[in-house]
Parts: sequence; C-alpha cells; structure tokens
Amino acid sequence: MDGVRPLLELSGASVRFGPIVALDNVSFRMYPGEVHSLMGENGAGKSTLIKAITGAHELTTGTLTLDGKTVHFDSPRAAHAAGINAVYQEIDLLPNLSVAENIALGREPRRYGMIDNRQMREHATEVLRDLGLDVDPASILGRHSLAVQQLVAIARAISTDVKVLVLDEPTSSLDMDEVAELFRVIRELKQRGVAILFVSHFLEQVYEICDRITVLRDGALVGEYLTTELLRIDLVQKMLGRDPAEFTSRRRAAIEQAAKPAFLSARGVTTFPGIAEADIDLAEGEVIGVAGLLGSGRTALARAITGVDVLEQGVVKVEDRARRLDPPRRALALGVAYSSENRRTEGLLGDLSVIDNITLALQAQRGVWRRIRPARQRELAASWADALGIRPSDLDRPAGTLSGGNQQKVMLARLLALAPRVLVLDEPTRGIDVGAKVEIQNLVADLADNGLAVVFISAELEEVLRVGDQIAILRDGEIVDILPSEGLNFDALLALVARPDMPAA
Amino acid sequence: MTTVQTTTADRVASVTSFLRTFTSRYASVLPTLAAVGVLLLLLMGAQSRFGNFVSPGNMSALLLDNAYLMILAVGMTFVIVTAGIDLSVGSVMAFTGILGASMLSTGVPVYIAVPIMLGGGATIGLLLGVLVQYFNVQPFIATLAGLFLARGLAYVVSLSSIRVEEPSLLWLQATRFRLGDWYITPTGIIAIVVVATGALVMHFTRFGRTVYAIGGSEQSARLMGLNVARTKVMVYVISGFCGRLAGLVLTAYSGAGYPRNGIGTELDVIAVVVIGGTLLTGGRGYVLGSMVGVFVFGTIKSVISFMGAEQSWTHIIVGALLLVFIVVQRAIVARSDRPR
Repeated sequence: MDGVRPLLELSGASVRFGPIVALDNVSFRMYPGEVHSLMGENGAGKSTLIKAITGAHELTTGTLTLDGKTVHFDSPRAAHAAGINAVYQEIDLLPNLSVAENIALGREPRRYGMIDNRQMREHATEVLRDLGLDVDPASILGRHSLAVQQLVAIARAISTDVKVLVLDEPTSSLDMDEVAELFRVIRELKQRGVAILFVSHFLEQVYEICDRITVLRDGALVGEYLTTELLRIDLVQKMLGRDPAEFTSRRRAAIEQAAKPAFLSARGVTTFPGIAEADIDLAEGEVIGVAGLLGSGRTALARAITGVDVLEQGVVKVEDRARRLDPPRRALALGVAYSSENRRTEGLLGDLSVIDNITLALQAQRGVWRRIRPARQRELAASWADALGIRPSDLDRPAGTLSGGNQQKVMLARLLALAPRVLVLDEPTRGIDVGAKVEIQNLVADLADNGLAVVFISAELEEVLRVGDQIAILRDGEIVDILPSEGLNFDALLALVARPDMPAA
Repeated sequence: MTTVQTTTADRVASVTSFLRTFTSRYASVLPTLAAVGVLLLLLMGAQSRFGNFVSPGNMSALLLDNAYLMILAVGMTFVIVTAGIDLSVGSVMAFTGILGASMLSTGVPVYIAVPIMLGGGATIGLLLGVLVQYFNVQPFIATLAGLFLARGLAYVVSLSSIRVEEPSLLWLQATRFRLGDWYITPTGIIAIVVVATGALVMHFTRFGRTVYAIGGSEQSARLMGLNVARTKVMVYVISGFCGRLAGLVLTAYSGAGYPRNGIGTELDVIAVVVIGGTLLTGGRGYVLGSMVGVFVFGTIKSVISFMGAEQSWTHIIVGALLLVFIVVQRAIVARSDRPR
C-alpha cells in the first residue's frame, strides 16, 4: 500500500461530549479498494469513529481528509454528497415506502421537475439485480424480512457514486447464504475501488473478508494490522487489553438433571406463522441451547413458550399444570421470563435511568400500591449492577447510553429481579463484543447452576454449543431434534441446522 | 378431467400470486378503496331512496358546497402524513374571512385585500411549523395555540357578520360555467386545482416523498440525508395557506365574513382525511383519498337534508363511520406491516 494515497484519512481525531472523551487522538486511514475492519469492545469508540466519518458527529479536534482534501461534514447529508455512505445495524429505511422509493429517496430521477417513477423503478431493478436480489421493487419495504431490508439498505448505499461504504454490523440479521451473497457484493465493490469499512463482531467473517484491521480500545487507537499477519488470539487480546476471559466450563450433572421433572413442558405448541407442533421440556438447572437459521422459528418458539404470542394449538404445562401463559404478565407471574432479541424496541427504555430499567418489571408486578421506595430501588439496582458487572456504575445514566453488552445486562437484571424460574434469552449476545459475550455466557451458566431453567437462543452455533446442556435444533419452524451437547461438535451441529440438501460448509 | 383440475389449480395459483403482489404493493390503498366503496353505496342507496339524488345539479352542488372543506383537507393530508396534526385550520379560515370582509367594507381595494388574506395564512403556518420543528412543541399543542390565536384575532376584527359587496369576490361563487345540467363555479375550480396540485406534489416530487418519509420514520429520513426540517415547516405553511384559501372561498360562498365560522371544522377535516384512508400515525395516505372522504362527508350531509332530518345526524353517522374505518385501517395495517 506504500505510495498509494489513502482515500480517507482521519488524523489526531478526538470527539468529546462535555467531560466524556469518546474518541481520543485517533488516526485512521482507508485505501481505495480495500475492506477494512474496525474492531474493539463496546464502548471502544467504534460508533463514534463511524459517526465522525459519516458526519453525524463533529470532530472536537483533528482533521478528516478525503481524496487528499481536508473536509468538514456538519451533517450526514454533507457526507453523502461527498461519497461516504453508511448502512447501520438497525435498518434506517422507511417501512411505509416501496423498495424502489427507498433506494432512490432524496435523489429520485426527475423529468420536467416531476419524479419519473418508471425510471426510478428500472434503476432499482438494475441495482437489485446487481446484488442478485429477487425482490419486487414496487413492493412495500416493511413487508420484507429484516435480511432483505438490510440488503435493500446496501443497495441504496451503492446505488450512487460511493467512495467509502461503512457497513456497521451488516450480517447480524443475515443467514449463511445471505452472508455469502453480501460478501460477493463486497468483493465486487472492492473491484470498483470502493473503500469498505466492515464492522462486525463475527471474527470468522472479519478474517474472511477484510484486508486490514484497526483496533480501538477505550476510545484510543491500539494499532493497525494486516489481517494475514494478525493471529486471532492476538486480535482478541488487543481488543480486550488483557487475556481473553475464558468461558468457565461448568460442571454438567447430566444424570442428576435427567431425573429432575420438567418445570415447564410444552406439547404441540403452534403459532402462525412461526413454529409448528413443538415439544420441549425445560428442567431446572438446565440450559437448552436453540440452534437454527434465521427464520427457522427460534424467536417464534421463545415467544410461544413465554406468553408473548397466543398459541394456535398445543398446551404448556408449568409444574405439571396446564397453564395459559399469554399475556406475558401472566407468564411472569408463573416465573417464566422472556428477553427479546430487539433490545432497542422491545427491551430497554433508553431514556430512563439504569435504576428505573432494572426495577421496572418488579414494580409492575407489585402494583401501584406497593411502591418501591427510591432508596430501595437504588439499593436493588446497585446490587444487581454489582452482581452482573454493569458498567459504568453510574446508575442514574440513561440506559440507552450504555454499551450493548451492558444494556443486555440491565435487561437481564430486570428479569432476574422478579426471581423467575425460567429465563428465555433471545440473542442475548447479538451485537456485543467478545468480552461482554463471554461474561453473558458465564452468567447464563451461573444462573443455571443456581437452579434456573434457561433457554439460550443465538445465531452463533459455537456459542449455543458451548452454553447449552441440551441443544434444540430448529428447521423451518419445527424442532427437528433435541440432543445433549456433549458429543456434538460444531461441524455436526452445522450439518443438522443446515437444510439436508445443503452441503455443510 | 385432469386438464380441468390443472387449469383450476393454475387459475387459483395465478389469482393468489396476483393477490400477493397486489397486497405487497398496494396494501395502503385499501382503506381509500374502502372509502370509494362506501361513497358508491351511499350514492346508490340515496338514488334508490329518493330517485333524483344522483342528478347533475345535485352532484355539482356537492362539489361547491364542500369546496372549502376539500381545500382544507388537502393541507391537512400533508400534515397528517408527516404524523402531525393541524387544529388551527378552522379558526384560520374564519379569521381570513372576517379580515377580508372587514377590509373590503372599509374600502380597501380587492387587489390588496386578497393577497393579504392569502399571505397571512402562510405566515401563521410558518409560525406553527417553526414551533413544531425548532422548538420541539407537540403539533397538537402548537396548533391548538394557533386555533385560539386565530379565533381571538377574528373576534378582534369584528364580533358580528360583515357582508361582502365586492363584485369580483362574489363573482367567484356567482359565475356558473355550464355543461348541460352540470355546472361549476370558480370556487369549485379552485378546489379541484388545489386537489390536483396537492396530489402531484405528494406523489411526483421529492418534497412529497420526504413528507411520506417523515411519517414513516423521522429519524431514518434524517439519516438518509433528506431535508426533514424544511419539509416539516413547509407542511404547516401549506396547511396554513389552505386554511386561508378556504377562508376566501367560504367568504365568496356565503357572501359574508363571520367570526364564528368554522368552529369544529378542523375536526371535520381530520375526519374526512381519516375516512379517505390517511393514517393518523403518518406515512400513509392520499390527497385523492381525502377528496373521496370529503365526498362521503358531503353526501351524508345532503342525504340527511333530503330526508329532512336534523343535521346533527350528520355527525352521528360520520362518527360511526370513522370508528369503523379506524378499525378497518388498523386491521389492514397490522396485516400488511407484518414481515413475511
């Protein structure tokens, strides 16, 4: 790369919010036609750096140069105009407009001052075809799956003259085929000389697609490395700044557990569309890992056995009595708690403090007349924050300002405060960094050791395999098998999860 | 035998695939189509009951009697599609009317009075838009303040009705262009032009797209680099201007300015916009749908006067219709928003 001028260069960049230093004197560069990964734990300053490049945050000090010229973006609009486009994990498109309208929005082709809808649709069809996407451009975006919406967001980003494309966790809602598809597109954009910033917590994917890696920690630069020269273990170490926390393998008292009766057992549980005829038993002290591709009914299963969705068919027994679980209030009263995969929309109340978020469900269960005194609330929250290692320890902060891993812990604390018997965790480690991930995994193991029945859902098979005592394998809305995790390895699980006609990668 | 079965199966398959394509593309048109259905039922029912209801004269009158409502509905559609609301339009309409009538009666020439009537409304709209956008005031509160302000100003101008003698203003209503038994007045033409312009702007300009985008997700619209702030202010300016224009039309229609005009009209307007298929939560709706809503409202009103019943029945029926429509819309939206 020597001799080639960087396409984008950030030098000595700092971003401060009042007394908080989010980014501290960081230098960062991207060359044309490279895929560059930005790695770091949550709170390392990744999002801040991205926002500084895409014009959402202004630099407090330092300079940004694009194509050798110093630039200053005061809005995302200005960054767009200069050829820097970003696709975020939480899809920022408009569900009420059509696919074509979303792709063209803000730069629709016009004739005589009026939008030329036909040309717009043709252009969208072309862009989608380039991406290998079979989607009706006239269909309403909100009707498509998250994965398709994500690809449409990328289609939008590349439909203009893009120089720098930022992909922030683009693969977290994609299944393996779709990831392969995305990578094909990324490689093609690379050919066209686009610089791509690829942010993902899937190390696997980072090593597959990226040329170089920049590591951040606590808002400061750790270093820039060629992917081929950086061992994984070293990368993780640089991100964490310490030896990677080990997942403490917990003792599995398999025989003892086998004798235990199921606390919750579901038979023939069906919701539409979602899960069909599912049978599952949750015993105390046992973790059931749920493995399946996107759309295999992972979330539907979780929602069906926690009273979130109303059952079309089937029965759920709790301690041997057939119970109706919906609405979730009733399930919670029976000790069945569910934590959603959508942290932002179905979990955390970002504007409320950490204290409020933790004590919310408990207060709701007690009712209006048995108010938890503020001092007691703080005490409760502090003890949970302490037990789960929620950082920072300032409990009055709005929960939305915490990093993803800590937000997840706040959600966990809220449910644990209710002293549940069953805990169903849907993608608790999605979009959080390696360190926090391991912490959550350890936490799950501890909870099970303390007698909770846990259902652990994750898109990452390795994780499911490590955490689960039993693995429920889902395919196309059905539980195809439930196996003990001992004796299963990654490849075997992959083959089980993948469709039979799909070669196990 | 087998061939028959295959073709039937084929036909079923092609129909279901057509339906799937249709709903994936046009689910948001369904409420408006429902409104068209209701309008046709009303007209057919009235025709069979009275025999002479769907006559050219009566249909022409339907447009003219509701011209002001139609103009207001266009402005309101813009506001509601951005998930806002404008409660000030009824008062703005009354203020414009009484201000114009009073100016004309004191001898202000018409070529000065009319621009003042029209220009002022945009100013109130601008004020409300700035309040909503830059001071983060809830549209409900900001425009409620606008409602009181404009109504108060109307009373300041005059407490009683002022007749308009100005011939050029009365010409707007008195002239009838005829085609057989059909006729239209300049006020009717103004209403149609406003509807057509509104529909064009909404569907064929970037501004219109931005209006829909804001209703879908304001945050996303901003991140996509759309000019959210300007657009949000503009929709209130448009609605304010429509309020003013409706005031002018109503003054011509009634031949007088009256400070108590249009009390509760803002709610009628919201009702017809919702009946026409626009969602109060924003992001979906059509200007032409609102026009259908106005016709539904106007037809109910005229059916009731044909029956010689008390006019308060209009609101009872509109209220019931509104309830049904909101439920229907919820059902359609809930179904169509569910990702596959």
